Amino acid sequence: MFGAAGKSSAYPLGINPAILLVAVFLLGYPLFASDFFTFQIGAYSLILGTIALSLTMLAGYGGMVSLAQMTVAGFAAYVMAILGTNSVGVMGLGWPWWLTAAIAILGAALLSTFIGAISARTEGIYTIMITLAIAVAFFYFVRQNYVIFNGFTGFAGIEPPTLFGVYWRDPMPFYYLCLAVAAFFYFAVLYGSRSSFGLGLQAVRDNPRRVRALGINVFSHRVVAYFYAGAIAGTAGVLLVWFNGRVSPGLVGVDMVIDILVIAVIGGLGAPIGPFLGAVAFVLLENFAIDLIDRERFNTVIGLAFLLIVLFSPDGMLGLWRRAESRIRLPRANALWGARANRDDWHSASSPKRM
Amino acid sequence: MDEPGTAVPRSALPQAGQFALELTGVSRHFGALVAIADIDMTVRAGERRAVLGSNGAGKTTLFNAITGDFPPTSGRVRLFGEDVTYLPVHERIRRGLRRTYQISLLFGGLSVIENIFLACRGVGRGRFSLLRPRPDDGAMEMAETLLDAVHLDDRRDTPVAELSHGEQRQLEVALALSGAPRLILFDEPAAGLSPSERADLVEILQSLPPHIGFIVIEHDMDVALRVAERVTMMHNGRIFKQGTPEEIENDPEIQELYLGHGERGGGRA
Ligand SMILES: Nc1ncnc2c1ncn2[C@@H]1O[C@H](COP(=O)(O)OP(=O)(O)O)[C@@H](O)[C@H]1O
Ligand SMILES: [Mg+2]
Repeated sequence: MFGAAGKSSAYPLGINPAILLVAVFLLGYPLFASDFFTFQIGAYSLILGTIALSLTMLAGYGGMVSLAQMTVAGFAAYVMAILGTNSVGVMGLGWPWWLTAAIAILGAALLSTFIGAISARTEGIYTIMITLAIAVAFFYFVRQNYVIFNGFTGFAGIEPPTLFGVYWRDPMPFYYLCLAVAAFFYFAVLYGSRSSFGLGLQAVRDNPRRVRALGINVFSHRVVAYFYAGAIAGTAGVLLVWFNGRVSPGLVGVDMVIDILVIAVIGGLGAPIGPFLGAVAFVLLENFAIDLIDRERFNTVIGLAFLLIVLFSPDGMLGLWRRAESRIRLPRANALWGARANRDDWHSASSPKRM
Repeated sequence: MDEPGTAVPRSALPQAGQFALELTGVSRHFGALVAIADIDMTVRAGERRAVLGSNGAGKTTLFNAITGDFPPTSGRVRLFGEDVTYLPVHERIRRGLRRTYQISLLFGGLSVIENIFLACRGVGRGRFSLLRPRPDDGAMEMAETLLDAVHLDDRRDTPVAELSHGEQRQLEVALALSGAPRLILFDEPAAGLSPSERADLVEILQSLPPHIGFIVIEHDMDVALRVAERVTMMHNGRIFKQGTPEEIENDPEIQELYLGHGERGGGRA
């Protein structure tokens, strides 16, 4: 209905063959990939990608760079350990998985809303600093609080349920679970970007002053965006604690907080596919750069990659792709990444200049 | 001003409602610079007013003080009888105030129809909805109507960043007409428009329903004098003369200063 809808119908059945190809690959991936590649690379990339997607939503569409998205995901992970079952003998109330998961996601969304309420009156670098401060405060809090968060040790033995006769931590089912969640939020963000709220959020990003002159309350619009982003990050946090089987302060430490930013930026803030590209690149580097260089230097490699991307392609890997595409003039190649070649989904990202 | 509820006689209240806008002693300073000083001005509901004045006279600052973009340093702003001096911008908009900006302030990442739709949705229900608007959505229907009204229907799905200057000005006007405006402030809407676009604009302004009042800042005397019932001249942050277009046009002092010996159109002091 909005704009680009007509463009995609140029394909048979209205489906872009490139998208079909990607979908088939993602669905068939565990059939030929090893357990290691299915679980450690595939599922983990999808989880990190989903957390980074929540940042992309805030930064790309809303112009708000929040460093606390990992904190929000980590909070959900902690809630799973505290209200559900763990093996360390602290907390672990043993509530059913669906109840703990629902509370974890809602709790994460509310925490995110609270973070938004604190930071949404700031702009640009100040948003980054205040959310970083919140992330660091949360890290020290869980590390020092033994009564609820079990301090330095954290929790272990957190497992997904066995449901329909399937143990969901087995690589293949877990991969598909992560794929389903990632795909759901990917399409939700893509669809939502043209919704009343999504348009309003981009308007707030493009021009907060004009938004006020339309009678819209900029602050509340931003805070609601944090709520939605928190639900995304929280859901990914539930997957993350099932993936790791454990949660400790390290999960919400500054390293991880920065990693999420790196993933989102490397991938490109311009479209919801960006964070997933970034996550795959990050996870591959994390796993295989160690073979080439020692562990200590990993952060240097990541940092260097980050710097190169920021310097040479501010739109991340998405931007690299676009430039390559325009050079070799691949017709419609950009449609590979978006459900439709909607230019806004691409170009909106260049706006974090206004952040 | 008045003590609330004491001295104000009941009979005086409806009279206050006759005014869309009342400014009393409005000043705005930027540091040591006095952009506007001690402005007293009333605009009746439904009145069409033009504000003229050279660059830097304080016209835009006056608008900013009325909308709250830059609230006045001192003085009072009353909208439709209500004191809004301390209300935030979006609250004033909700009371029927609209404005356009001298330098187009639009949402460059969104398409034309999306810009207008947002303005129409404004504070309506569903602004936090994650669903895409349906064509029969009230705000969407209104947006389509406005799209036609400002002659942008062939640019419906174009990203705003790709519009020409004139088209952006037209879109500004559409945004200002959205919702239920009662008083619209147009800041140099004709600036940079071609003669035909200018004629379109005059037509749009003249065909507004009578209950919608507006104040238009305009350098082009032809446009200003054709759409306005009253004219306010500003100079150095102060009101320097007010009157009907005829009075202003025939005022020898103004002819000398502003029109430059009867030469018309785009004349500046
Ligand atoms: N935000 C601002 N900060 C500092 N000075 C300003 C600002 N806005 C306007 N001014 C000054 O106020 C005076 C009036 O400006 P303005 O209202 O824009 O004039 P006009 O719209 O009549 O051309 C000018 O001297 C201008 O430099
Ligand atoms: Mg001006």
